[in-house]
Amino acid sequence: MNLRLKTRFFTVLVVLSSVCGNFSLSWGMRQVGRLVSISPMAYVQAVFNPWVALGISLLILWLFSHMTLLSWADLSYVLPVTSIGYVLSAMAGRLFLHEEISRWRWAGILLIVAGVALVARTAPHRPGAPS
Amino acid sequence: MKWLLVAVIAAATTISDVLQAAAMKRHGEIRDFRPGALGRLLALLARNKLVVASVAAMTVSFFAFIALLSLADLSFAVPATAASYALETVLAKYLLQEPVTWGRWAGASLVACGVALLSL
Repeated sequence: MNLRLKTRFFTVLVVLSSVCGNFSLSWGMRQVGRLVSISPMAYVQAVFNPWVALGISLLILWLFSHMTLLSWADLSYVLPVTSIGYVLSAMAGRLFLHEEISRWRWAGILLIVAGVALVARTAPHRPGAPS
Repeated sequence: MKWLLVAVIAAATTISDVLQAAAMKRHGEIRDFRPGALGRLLALLARNKLVVASVAAMTVSFFAFIALLSLADLSFAVPATAASYALETVLAKYLLQEPVTWGRWAGASLVACGVALLSL
């Protein structure tokens, strides 16, 4: 698989696993209720909620795909490119959790898309670096 | 309380990402995606101290994040956790010796401004 194709594939996997994982955690935590405790048992109980468990599974997938991507791409490339996930998470909040998105948030979304487009045009890997 | 959790998440995420990037740079590009090779890779990474420390920091970040989700909207929590963003780019340049070109700085700055607006 060539590097550009591999980079695109793993970027999509990192973004989707992160967005779906965070959405699933948010949905689960709405069922669990307010959780601010120093007791580990409160957190253990939250983990057994099916949506929280699904969110954790997706975040494990995120961890592996993120590490794979970082094995050839620079952190300063991966961070902005995968930040399109912030936009998708905000949209998931709006569409499925009926959260309000103000004009400021839409302006933020446009800036993130512009930033991602700019960084995605640069090479993911420093020239001459060992691979 | 919300902002205290955001601070914990940002600090733990920064540590986790930088350690993970350092570990994977040392490892080099993953080229073999067959199940056997991936299993061997997993066993190798599980013994890597940088990866173990990175996962420990990520665990702290995760529990602070679910506590934050129990208090705040998803559309606040996710962008707020990107407070670590600018610091991570600076650490990538000076600690990981990455060549952060003008295009990356400009893109990273646009994203950071966008994330700040999202959290309003």
